[in-house]
Amino acid sequence: MIKAETWVGICATILDAGSRADGIPADTAAVPLKMWVKGYLLADCEIGSEAEIRTATGRIERGVLEEVQPHSNVDYGAFVPEMLKIGADVKKVLFGGEIHG
Amino acid sequence: MAKDMSFAAVMARKNEILMQSLGIDFSKFEMGTIAFDYEGMMASIGMDFDDITRIQLEQGVGATPMLELRNITALARKYAPPGFGARIFIKDEAANPSGSFKDRRAATAVHTAKRLGFKGVAAATSGNYGAAVASQAAKQGLSSIIVQECFDSRKIGQPEILEKARKCEAFGAEVIQMTVGPELFYKFLTILEETGYFSASLYSPFGISGVETLGSEVALQIRALTGKDPDAVIVTHAGGGNITGTARGLAQEGCTAPIIAASVNLKGLHMASDGHFNRKSFTTGHTGFGFPFATWPDRSDMPRSAARPLRYMDRYVLVNQGEVFYMTEALAQLEGLERGPAGNTSLVAAFALAQEMPQDAIIVVQETEYTGAGKHIQPQLAFARKNGLNITFGNPAEEICGENIILPQHPGLIAARDVEMAGMRKSLIRNTLQRMTPGTQLTDVDVEFLAAETKSSADWVREALQNS
Ligand SMILES: Cc1ncc(COP(=O)(O)O)c(C=O)c1O
Repeated sequence: MIKAETWVGICATILDAGSRADGIPADTAAVPLKMWVKGYLLADCEIGSEAEIRTATGRIERGVLEEVQPHSNVDYGAFVPEMLKIGADVKKVLFGGEIHG
Repeated sequence: MAKDMSFAAVMARKNEILMQSLGIDFSKFEMGTIAFDYEGMMASIGMDFDDITRIQLEQGVGATPMLELRNITALARKYAPPGFGARIFIKDEAANPSGSFKDRRAATAVHTAKRLGFKGVAAATSGNYGAAVASQAAKQGLSSIIVQECFDSRKIGQPEILEKARKCEAFGAEVIQMTVGPELFYKFLTILEETGYFSASLYSPFGISGVETLGSEVALQIRALTGKDPDAVIVTHAGGGNITGTARGLAQEGCTAPIIAASVNLKGLHMASDGHFNRKSFTTGHTGFGFPFATWPDRSDMPRSAARPLRYMDRYVLVNQGEVFYMTEALAQLEGLERGPAGNTSLVAAFALAQEMPQDAIIVVQETEYTGAGKHIQPQLAFARKNGLNITFGNPAEEICGENIILPQHPGLIAARDVEMAGMRKSLIRNTLQRMTPGTQLTDVDVEFLAAETKSSADWVREALQNS
């Protein structure tokens, strides 16, 4: 049970797969338009159940409780070995006198 | 009685909602059959150029440094004919509070919202503009809501957009994240209606006039640094506000330098496709926005867009994803500047175009943007690889969008590929004709309007009309 006033993330379906706008690509039309938004839980609730939240601007939104205290996990990604070559190459051309091409 | 909140009903109320949330009555600018008074709309915002400069300085926006990229210039000269290789300058717009030129647009929009008595601002954007609106709303004391197109149907998000969500939240904004699809606009309209917030549209005259200071600063700084005007100004182009505002600002200072738009070529990737969404490594400054917004500017979230790129574009060049990644790394390694993809798109173009220009010529890249987790080339390349794209060294001209990313084997392979301007201009005219009410005729006012819209002449428009 997640306690009221916990900061959470909910998910709601805005348009069902069958009722997407005309003219959008078939792969998009085949899936629902979904929305995620964060806020304070208004009442105690289980993950996966319908919940109401109060967002950062004080609006009320309704949806399925998905995340508790959601956090950003954006990072610098896995190592990309190709990047090493770029710096070495341009320095060689500029300072090592080498011209390709 | 409760309002009908269905998709169809809300979309039918679109103009009414936008008028209330912007404080502009667009109908009063309509002229002729298809024309409207663009300059009249731009002049109706209640701020002149000096007001905007003052407002922006008060909010810590603008007056960014102009840097000469001596090592990148030297590298370009290695591949240029003798005597060629223009001096490359870059305007460090990353120095703005939220890290991009978008702060200029947001500063004037949020200022207007506050002046008109709105309690908050809302914007539909996955990009830097969201962060800019959130930052300016924080500084000017308003609430903000940012609606992002963020995830595919598997809830996998482009790292750059996820970083933008984090940044908006860091400034106190409410962020609404949606899956792929243009119906995001429906949710956005319901938010405007529910909250009564100001629509801080990317395309409003408030926002676009905020970019004019950027063009003005380019002209004044280049004159101060070099004693002359730039010979070309390169502008990364997507929705067209960047080029529109910059060009108007250059004109304000009497600078007639050619204005060259640059976009990343994302040929073959459909912007509204759930499956294509995460197969691209660029979220702005690409042809997925660049072409449609140039050839039909009024597709935006405004009845009449203030961003009208073909009015100002002298030339339009495309670069490839692999070239921008390469140049981003070169900028870090040769100039000690870690900057984001949007400005580096123009930098790729400048690197190629400098080689067509003599050594005493000046070429200006009019922006940088910040970089960091999610936006940096390493997470972007790692994300592309995870999504099955093949990353190799080779000839970037052979890149196939959505399949591979080709980093140039050597800098001599970097190119700026021209888009035929006449074709773009004709496309704008065709798009206009397609939207005419049946049975109506074009008047002289409309022909003059189309000439201005396409930076051509009334005669050219008449001929194009005859052939279409
Ligand atoms: C940093 C940066 N540069 C350039 C652009 C392109 O500007 P516009 O959409 O006005 O053409 C954007 C907008 O998405 C941006 O965020």
